[in-house]
Amino acid sequence: MRLEIANARLVDPVTGEREGSLYVADGRIAAVGAAPVGFRADRVLDMRGCVVVPGLVDIAVRLREPGLEYKATLESELAAAIAGGVTSLACPPDTDPPLDEPGLVEMLKHRARMLHLAHVYPVGALTAGLEGTALTQMGELTEAGCVAFSHADVALADTDLLRRAMQYAATFGYALWLRPNDPYLGRNGVAHDGDVATRLGLPGIPVTAETIALATILTLARECDVRLHVCRVSCARSVAMLREAKADGMAVSCDVAVHHLHLCDGDIGWFDANTRVVPPLRSSADRAALRAALADGTIDIVCSDHAPVDDDSKQLPFGEAEPGVTGVELLLPLTLRWAAEDGVALPTALARITRAPAQLLGIAASLAPGAPADLCVFDAQAAWTVGRDTLTSQGKNTPFLGVDLAGRVRCTLVDGEIVHET
Amino acid sequence: MRNPQLNARGELTHLLTLEGLPIDVIRNILDTAAQFVSIGEREVKKVPLLRGNAVFNLFFENSTRTRTTFEIAAKRLSADVINLNIGVSSTNKGETLLDTIDNLVAMDADVFVVRHAQSGAPHLIAQHLAQVGRSHVHVVNAGDGRHAHPTQGLLDLYTIRHYKKDFHGLTVAIVGDVLHSRVARSLIHGLTTLGTSEVRVIGPRTLLPTAAETLGVRVYHDMREGLRGCDAIVMLRLQNERMNGTLLPSAAEYFKHYGLTQEKLALARPDAIVMHPGPMNRGVEIDSPVADGERSVILPQVTFGIAVRMAVMSIVAGAR
Repeated sequence: MRLEIANARLVDPVTGEREGSLYVADGRIAAVGAAPVGFRADRVLDMRGCVVVPGLVDIAVRLREPGLEYKATLESELAAAIAGGVTSLACPPDTDPPLDEPGLVEMLKHRARMLHLAHVYPVGALTAGLEGTALTQMGELTEAGCVAFSHADVALADTDLLRRAMQYAATFGYALWLRPNDPYLGRNGVAHDGDVATRLGLPGIPVTAETIALATILTLARECDVRLHVCRVSCARSVAMLREAKADGMAVSCDVAVHHLHLCDGDIGWFDANTRVVPPLRSSADRAALRAALADGTIDIVCSDHAPVDDDSKQLPFGEAEPGVTGVELLLPLTLRWAAEDGVALPTALARITRAPAQLLGIAASLAPGAPADLCVFDAQAAWTVGRDTLTSQGKNTPFLGVDLAGRVRCTLVDGEIVHET
Repeated sequence: MRNPQLNARGELTHLLTLEGLPIDVIRNILDTAAQFVSIGEREVKKVPLLRGNAVFNLFFENSTRTRTTFEIAAKRLSADVINLNIGVSSTNKGETLLDTIDNLVAMDADVFVVRHAQSGAPHLIAQHLAQVGRSHVHVVNAGDGRHAHPTQGLLDLYTIRHYKKDFHGLTVAIVGDVLHSRVARSLIHGLTTLGTSEVRVIGPRTLLPTAAETLGVRVYHDMREGLRGCDAIVMLRLQNERMNGTLLPSAAEYFKHYGLTQEKLALARPDAIVMHPGPMNRGVEIDSPVADGERSVILPQVTFGIAVRMAVMSIVAGAR
């Protein structure tokens, strides 16, 4: 298929912005601006008023396979991903069983390839069964397709094991993606330990549950010189620690979940279980610090931390409801909303969901000729209402239900093929 | 966001928490309760206000005292009362909270009196009833997790008003395990709404919520200092499981610092009243001479509690 995407605003996080046409042939970007000699498009997409960007990269999308198919499937969540303009995604290892065996990873990769939707990059479990006692076969898991290793949302209590894991990973150049999470502090908590938890009588999770673990991780990573990515930063104090580590010359990257840019503990309202997330929604001051850190580059990446949850697991009292939000389809509009509200330039904002996560995965995210034609075309002005019927994901668990957002994906291309079009 | 307890006309249709309740609604409950207090003194202790109504006591957490007072209150209103101790029945069979509710609604329940170990469970039920078009079924929170125990809060308010007449100019101290106390949270909201001059909480840091002062209270760690000049003292029950663990070294040490003795009571105003939501741990949070002393209004609280619960059930059942 040879395509011409005409009359669009082309935004490349590296080379900048231009107006005009983009030409696709043989799964790659053939040219930008003027057509290559002899190019004849099979189809011309007139995308006047729309923006073309490299396909979005979301580094935390739970596909719920294997084992949790009653919550979602590869089919449902990869369809949701491309509906959200996401062409590459990494999936955390918190499946059932966890991604701790090469066979599980191979099966997942194989199933994803057969579907021809978004590219899937599995993140392997750091310890067998995510039980925190024995390292997984990182070498074989890497050969099977794992791009990094993580402990998902399971706290790792054994700091000796963590240090060994870092030493071993550093030996072979494997990356560790870790969410700082103390095993004891706030272990029975369900909400940020602040005025809202005080009022509602919800057991609290103090900020120190994150910062103590972050200090441990940063200290050990410095010693071991491991490739480290810090996941789901939630509070101002963590931001300050990461800013300091980066200023110190440490090669560390970090991400924030997109809902943390817009919500805080006050949004729990009267116990809305859709606001139960891990890490918890923090104070409005924490939210402000996260937004500022994302703008100044202290936080590198925005992800959705997509977690489709079935209604039965959510329609419970707040403390018993399963944490998580569905979000892969909201990554783009919520990032655009942050950029608009805080006056962040579009290319800078889009880099946080394209180029930066692509770099972490070691893949391309560019509109340059020769790059893979993984593309997202969206109408930044198109308004839509988040609702059970407007979400493709099997999970309808989001506190944004009923909220009007601007930014709708018109067309998603993966390897030069149109996989989603509205 | 509309207060989920009020209907479109501003009438109280559920009682979930005292937080955010308009002052007139609280005053109306207390005034209505005053009329019901006299019923308990009559030979025939019944009025026909809830005749033909089915009140379901849904206790997902064990309680004898609260359930009994709700049962008496509903029976004095001539309602049919059904007691269900769900903690030992359906949830163990895998039925979800909302499944249980749907089933009981199908049995034509009119009022649910709900106790649950999880904060927010009554809100979830009220929200669900609205979603399934059963807004005519009323929910009365009989205690949810650490969140709220509004009828206890109301009976405490009733007791204070009975003895002190007006909340303006009053200083009220709440002593003990505020962190885990739904009683304290409800009482604090009620007291601040009614214009109490000063509300104090007294306890060690391990038993106070992180952001206690955001509830509109003054925080004291020294009980002697905190009791000075108080008009009413509310002692909270210390649960057994808190006594010997990471929150407190021992019950004896707790009593030494935060137990109410005659000597400490002498620091409050001479006409100060002593309250306790029950059941008491004598020798842990309160010394027997104080509990049984002339300043103690702990037993009148129980009597008022029935009248307050009658008032609440008759008011919510009257809302449409």
